[in-house]
Amino acid sequence: MSSIQVEHIAKHFTRVKALDDISFSVGKGELFGFIGPDGAGKTTLFRILTTLIVPDQGIATVNGLDVVKDYRKIREDIGYMPGRFSLYSDLSVEENLNFYATVFGTTVAENYDLIRDIYVQIEPFKKRKAGKLSGGMKQKLALCCALIHKPSVLILDEPTTGVDAVSRLEFWEMLKRLKNSDITIVVATPYMDEASLCDRVALIQDGKIMTISTPSEVMKKYPNSLFSVKSDDIFSLLNDLRKFPDVHTVFAFGQAAHVSFKPGQDSGEGLQNYLQVKGHSGLTISPVRANIEDCFMELMMK
Amino acid sequence: MYKPEAENIIVVKDLVKKFGSFIANDHLNFEVKKGEIFGFLGANGAGKTTAIKILCGLSYPTSGSLNVGGFDIYREREKIKKNIGYMSQKFSLYDDLSVFENIRFYAGIYGLRRKVIEKRASNLMIKLDMKEARDMLIRDIPLGWKQKLAFSVAIIHNPKIVFLDEPTGGVDPVTRRQFWDMIFEASREGITVFVTTHYMDEAEYCDRVSIMVDGKIAALDTPEKLKSIYGAQSMNEVFLKLARIKVE
Repeated sequence: MSSIQVEHIAKHFTRVKALDDISFSVGKGELFGFIGPDGAGKTTLFRILTTLIVPDQGIATVNGLDVVKDYRKIREDIGYMPGRFSLYSDLSVEENLNFYATVFGTTVAENYDLIRDIYVQIEPFKKRKAGKLSGGMKQKLALCCALIHKPSVLILDEPTTGVDAVSRLEFWEMLKRLKNSDITIVVATPYMDEASLCDRVALIQDGKIMTISTPSEVMKKYPNSLFSVKSDDIFSLLNDLRKFPDVHTVFAFGQAAHVSFKPGQDSGEGLQNYLQVKGHSGLTISPVRANIEDCFMELMMK
Repeated sequence: MYKPEAENIIVVKDLVKKFGSFIANDHLNFEVKKGEIFGFLGANGAGKTTAIKILCGLSYPTSGSLNVGGFDIYREREKIKKNIGYMSQKFSLYDDLSVFENIRFYAGIYGLRRKVIEKRASNLMIKLDMKEARDMLIRDIPLGWKQKLAFSVAIIHNPKIVFLDEPTGGVDPVTRRQFWDMIFEASREGITVFVTTHYMDEAEYCDRVSIMVDGKIAALDTPEKLKSIYGAQSMNEVFLKLARIKVE
């Protein structure tokens, strides 16, 4: 049985269509990622799944329970970490955790096993007020609070936004360990590089799911031929590449530019020559496999 | 563009900032060259925001000497404010003002005259390809437009330096790249760019990068040099190697 089943969900707000005919399902114990920028509809979708708002159309179930009719029961079964830090800033680490346990009719001791790995990292600061924690620690505490009633489904809305690269890595390591406890995890992120850490991903933009698959399938489906090009002057390189005949897209990727050609088009022959004539030094051109970000941008073009 | 021989636009010597017994900035020393794109990286809580507030003239250091855009941080804070631009992800434009009203508001704050404002606004609309959006409310325009407009507004008064505090957080990958095109262009025009980001691919676009760890600058060099010093393939690896050691 799937943990989450969503069929043809739509949601409007006064000015925007936040979700447009969204369908997907998440299997039990799966780590499922929604990858997309701000305004894609991730938070609206998560608020529907957590029974905080009602969809205009469509059906959504969590553990077979309907998000509209059975909202009370669902709330007991799920853990939710909203995008905005929403613990009590003027309660201590310990007090926040006890509070959440009590609200769900349990104790910290009862489910301590589940949070131990994470909690030990913030335990030295258990008397500190939550508002005084650093970003990475706040996020760990929020995760503990979302887990303390042993939910079967964990919904995390951009847990790594605004968090540094080290804390992001640590957070994903924690999620991987949680998967072993058979918890279904649905996570939203604007960081494309986090997609590869999920079992399956949905790439979402403007309220629509552009594709759903395993990260490797998504990357395999990339249709164009793609090259990584380096030169000593990245800014001129980007500008010159954009003027190359038959080029499809040119995007900066860190130290290199990714250049794509549509299938059947001239696949970068003569590129080396063209760039040399333009006066570029330190040139390297090599075929490269598309990553999730290449795929996302290609899908956005459609 | 980083040129070692270019003039220093920011000079920081022995900057210390304490909050009670907590040392947020611990003897920072660095210079930023005119026209350079300077990446200011660090883990959460490493002291970046504290330093940026001081550089922008919003807070005094506990000790140390700082010169920003040719002005002294203790005696000439108001001059510093007039000569810098600032943009953050969290706050940039007023949602319930139109595109033009936002431009007029920001340009007005910096004391630009009405005629100059009109001219720069219409040039900007052409440059950003946003002419039809002139009278639209900010909340009704796409995020990508807002992003570009926010940056343009931050440099509407032709500042010497623009501070960008996580300008691309949560932005789609195409817009994020278009934003960097604007940064490159501003730098070409001689504006110094001081930028923080959590996207490590963006660290690669900077001329030089400093990485703060626990209130200190742990490394400062060009991305190429940092990668070779730390035997890393990418700036992400460099960052992880440097910043991972610490646990608050």
